[in-house]
Amino acid sequence: MYPASFEYHAPTSLDEALSVLERYGDEAKVLAGGQSLIPLMKLRFASPRALVDVNGIDGLDELYEDNGMLNIGALVRHKACERSDLLRSRYGVLADAAPQISDPIVRNRGTVAGSLAHADPQGDWGSALLAAGAQVQVRGSDGTRTIPLDDFFLGPFTTALEPTEIVTWVQVPDPGPKAGGAYFKLERKVGDFATVAVGVHVSFSNGNVERAGIALTGVGPRNLRAEAAEQALAGHALDDEAIVEAARLAAEAAEPRDDIRGSAEYKRNVVRVFTERGLRKAAEEREAS
Amino acid sequence: MTETATEQAVHTKQVTLAVNGQARSASVETRLLLVHFIRETLGLTGTHIGCDTTSCGACTVLLDGVPVKSCTMFAVQADGHELTTVEGLAPPGGLHPVQEGFHEEHGLQCGFCTPGMMLTATALLAENPDPSEEEIRWAISGNICRCTGYQNIVKSVQYAAAKMKEASE
Repeated sequence: MYPASFEYHAPTSLDEALSVLERYGDEAKVLAGGQSLIPLMKLRFASPRALVDVNGIDGLDELYEDNGMLNIGALVRHKACERSDLLRSRYGVLADAAPQISDPIVRNRGTVAGSLAHADPQGDWGSALLAAGAQVQVRGSDGTRTIPLDDFFLGPFTTALEPTEIVTWVQVPDPGPKAGGAYFKLERKVGDFATVAVGVHVSFSNGNVERAGIALTGVGPRNLRAEAAEQALAGHALDDEAIVEAARLAAEAAEPRDDIRGSAEYKRNVVRVFTERGLRKAAEEREAS
Repeated sequence: MTETATEQAVHTKQVTLAVNGQARSASVETRLLLVHFIRETLGLTGTHIGCDTTSCGACTVLLDGVPVKSCTMFAVQADGHELTTVEGLAPPGGLHPVQEGFHEEHGLQCGFCTPGMMLTATALLAENPDPSEEEIRWAISGNICRCTGYQNIVKSVQYAAAKMKEASE
């Protein structure tokens, strides 16, 4: 399959990339890993007039913690997250999600930031990062702005990103020394989208839940946060009763539909089971940390 | 609509890359997929096109030693990089240990997935010379085989690992 013809630009700085985007407006697309964009172009669902390949821009492939914030550069590949000791030590929900994205070869190229900008409602990073309370830093020719991930996703394949802006960093607040989390995904086979997935990220203070993040994949028109469940947990002990109740509320927040991957009823129940498992894992990790 | 010379210039680009250790250069249309560049421009037909939808891994090649799906990359993106295809695996007149493994352990039936499978295996062994069965299965989970049920592919990679270990001792 051949994509439609396009003009190719490979800038070596962000400023240069932004000026190319300015020139084309909404007729250009940013190319990072390309693992979603190129298939769409081959199917002619997307036929941008120009591609702005950002792979040659230095400094965007860094993954580091600084000033109470985890920073994931726009060119950080899924594979880098899969191998990151930093994620494994403090950001369990992200470390769990990384090796479950697509398949190992796609993970060598695809990027976290590109996945968010693509905004597939069945994307795994969306839920993992919503649970973690992430924000997205974007650059435009007017400067930088920071968008909470909650406000970044507007709907299926639609984000708050302007056509002349580029996602530069995905940022996650440091959960503190007492934290735990998990990402559980039910998929029919490697490389398939989730039938259902749930991301859980909990930070604790004085033995109680300080903040709980719970987000759902595959059961709505976008990655959904289970806000009622999160609120029910905040400030309380993460005991058996609280876990069961939060799991029930998370299942209520799901908006599943019947499809080839399963019935709505089944998916809703999987949300309940995964939320419960995730919270139990977080409770165990608190004990261990 | 006829294209002006400038428009044509942005739709085509000169690329230079190392293919199996040899410098190759060509003028390509920007939309040319890497797999078509490899098969049609370079004439290296060992790289197969399977699903053409980023699902099967038959078109896997190594870009700077890392497995990528060449149907999901543009040739222009490979400019300045090192590319390894199945033709670049074997030393002259011999077989790469991974190729020998697939031969000895019956790691293929129809052979369609084999080039991609072997390149993925080669990258795995370069990074992890002594993988467990689970690590092998994990590594090849992006390469689909419809014949073997994977049993003999796993054995082939294990054979190659042992052979390479022997050679390094």
